[in-house]
Amino acid sequence: MLAKRDTPSWNEQTREVVDRRLALAVAEGVLSDTQLATLRAITTRVCPDSPERPATTTLAMVVRKIGKDEGDGHRLDCLPRTAECWRRGLDAIEAEARLRFDRDFAELEPDNANKVLGMVEHGEVCAELWEDLPSELFWKWRLLPDLASAHWAQPSLWSAMGFGGPASPRGYVRLGENRRDPWEAVEESRRPLRGWPQHHER
Amino acid sequence: MNDNPQERPRALNGKAPDVFTRGGWVPMREYGEEEVDFVIVGTGAGGGTLACKLAEAGFSVIAMDAGAYWRPLEDFASDEHHQSKLYWTDERIVDGADPIHLGANNSGKAVGGSTVHYMMVSLRFRPEWFKSRSKLGYGVDWPLDWREMWRYYREVEQTLSISGPVRYPWGPKRPRYPYRAHPLNAPARYLARGAEKLGIAWAETPIATLSAPRGKAPPCVYRGFCAAGCSTNAKQSVLNTWLPRALAAGAEIRDLAMVGRIETTNGRVTGVHYHRGNEWRFQKARNVVVAGYAIETPRLLLNSASCEFPDGLANSSGLVGKNLMVHLNQSVYGYSQDEIRSYKAPPSLALTEHWNYEDAGKDYHGGWCYMAPGPLPADWARTVSQRGLWGRELLDEMTRYNHAAGLKMVGEVLPGERNRVTLVDETDQYGLAIPQVTFSFGDNEHAMIEHALDFMDRALEVVGVTQRWRNESETAHLMGTARMGHDRATSVVDADCRSWDIPNLWICDGSVFPTSGGVNPSLTIQAIACRTSDRIAELASRREL
Ligand SMILES: Cc1cc2nc3c(=O)[nH]c(=O)nc-3n(C[C@H](O)[C@H](O)[C@H](O)COP(=O)(O)OP(=O)(O)OC[C@H]3O[C@@H](n4cnc5c(N)ncnc54)[C@H](O)[C@@H]3O)c2cc1C
Ligand code: SF4
Repeated sequence: MLAKRDTPSWNEQTREVVDRRLALAVAEGVLSDTQLATLRAITTRVCPDSPERPATTTLAMVVRKIGKDEGDGHRLDCLPRTAECWRRGLDAIEAEARLRFDRDFAELEPDNANKVLGMVEHGEVCAELWEDLPSELFWKWRLLPDLASAHWAQPSLWSAMGFGGPASPRGYVRLGENRRDPWEAVEESRRPLRGWPQHHER
Repeated sequence: MNDNPQERPRALNGKAPDVFTRGGWVPMREYGEEEVDFVIVGTGAGGGTLACKLAEAGFSVIAMDAGAYWRPLEDFASDEHHQSKLYWTDERIVDGADPIHLGANNSGKAVGGSTVHYMMVSLRFRPEWFKSRSKLGYGVDWPLDWREMWRYYREVEQTLSISGPVRYPWGPKRPRYPYRAHPLNAPARYLARGAEKLGIAWAETPIATLSAPRGKAPPCVYRGFCAAGCSTNAKQSVLNTWLPRALAAGAEIRDLAMVGRIETTNGRVTGVHYHRGNEWRFQKARNVVVAGYAIETPRLLLNSASCEFPDGLANSSGLVGKNLMVHLNQSVYGYSQDEIRSYKAPPSLALTEHWNYEDAGKDYHGGWCYMAPGPLPADWARTVSQRGLWGRELLDEMTRYNHAAGLKMVGEVLPGERNRVTLVDETDQYGLAIPQVTFSFGDNEHAMIEHALDFMDRALEVVGVTQRWRNESETAHLMGTARMGHDRATSVVDADCRSWDIPNLWICDGSVFPTSGGVNPSLTIQAIACRTSDRIAELASRREL
């Protein structure tokens, strides 16, 4: 993906935006140390980085969103604003981990961390801090969309999924199925699609 | 100097941004605080179109927008996340059984309104929808006649150089579209083949992006970032069609100008209080037009309550904010062995309006059409993750992106008073009470969704799309909340978009729709704005303004 950075597929604005994103550092002072450690661990579980690809700045993007208390233009009536919602959710996940496994969330084995997250997802939580923060709504309206939006704003994830990437001023010419412009990435994934015979290499 | 257009207004000192050149300017007339004929609140499909037409008719016009004045060539990146600067993301509360997603999905905050990031699908209403109560037995009748609307549709189609098919398969005969249709991308070809196999008609979608150059705008290069703003100007938005004309005709546009309150004295409006450049100002006007879309319009009317109008302006019917409608936007996706790469070209290049025109076999009221979507990565990740996927599963699912093919409906939602916009105590960055948007589907919507999803599922199955799944919750577009009608007890404005209660207060945007129809609304909003301008000119010539 980044190999196309200096071609006519990327305009100056896009280069700037993506460069800034790739250089984004995790802002300090937005979250407490425990909250940040929890969020880092959640990010690893929900939106893992691939060991073969450049690291992402997903965590830094979410922390920035929390720091700016950025809204989305729709907030469920029973959820607080972005920053407060995240802070309370992180504290509650930490409390849930302590309650279930007597450890910090960030120190849990991957399996146990996934278990805690599954409980949050399905509303099967016990910690008191969830009392006025419905965990499945926190998951569905805050945690998952924020993480997914930030993770798939990362060029390395665009590459992984075979997305053509930025495309201006040069767009595309070949639009039909199984057609690819010479400047579009070849399907990188050599894995067969689940459930299908190996066939689609062209 | 700070030249961030979201922090510092651009349209100042006798010039406005030239949207066709980097760093360019065009001359702009300025009225200062002098009383003008019209202040228009909002410069989107309704307000921007009306600003142009009224200025060309010789009225003095100031059009204000809370959003920034962008120059697409220099300001837009090929990046979903960055381009969220085009969305209305101020605080809004959503509730009800089916709370709706706004922001990215539903409303814009920019000079040019939501059309700066709309998908450009430009469809006419089915004629019977204007009389859906008397002709089809549901909803309410519009006070407009379809034949008159047909003429205004034509005007808008020509202004936007709509690309479309030579012959349109549904409805009364219409002239051919101004520009030839675009070539189909893979998702559109799938749609066409599926429709053919199921024995229904399909067509190339009439769409507001150029298939040949026009003036300073180049043809579409099929980059597919339409919903994130078009960086080439191929997209025919209000920003690069009606507004340059409005400026040339002497309208003033004020960007980063948030109207907080409309002032009234003795039963008439006298002007607007607006926030620009860190202060509140007052602009006098002989007429005020509200065109902020179906949430901000009722919000402003309600926030303008006074001793004289304690329930908000134009609200003697009690209907301001009520009858909010969206469109059903559910979809079915699956995977193909072909590489689809649906990120190429504008989404929705082919459609079928079959179920807008065929009523037999339905156990519900209303119509729907479907198109072939082309989601960008983050949008796709959010959609896929809502199926309960995260971690490794989500990553794996995302690697199949290039093979995903889908169909997405635009379906009619019936008007109902329980779906509404109200105000809550919390305030926004301007100190104004924020809106609460309450929405739930009814039985009719559930029945339509079921029929549509089953049908789209088959339309994918017959073209070899397997492992299909349904996205059952999405909605799009906003309508209602200040409906037009035949009488003051059951509507907020008359056929001319003039409020029943206050003769010099007008509403001209998506909120005047009494019913929603089964097609995307922007062409109809613009057609109504063209008609409203003609009516205003006529009323003025008879001294009835
Ligand atoms: C992603 C997306 C895709 C879409 N695709 C299509 C499509 O393919 N076809 C189609 O027909 N429609 C589409 N639409 C819908 C279409 O864009 C809208 O229906 C249409 O633009 C609404 O017109 P409007 O004039 O009512 O409001 P808008 O175009 O939203 O304009 C309202 C303007 O008013 C301003 N405003 C609001 N309140 C105030 C205030 N108090 N003071 C100052 N300014 C204010 C806002 O900033 C905004 O710019 C799409 C919309 C979105 C978001
Ligand atoms: S596909 Fe066409 S209309 Fe869409 S953003 Fe690209 S050039 Fe603009």
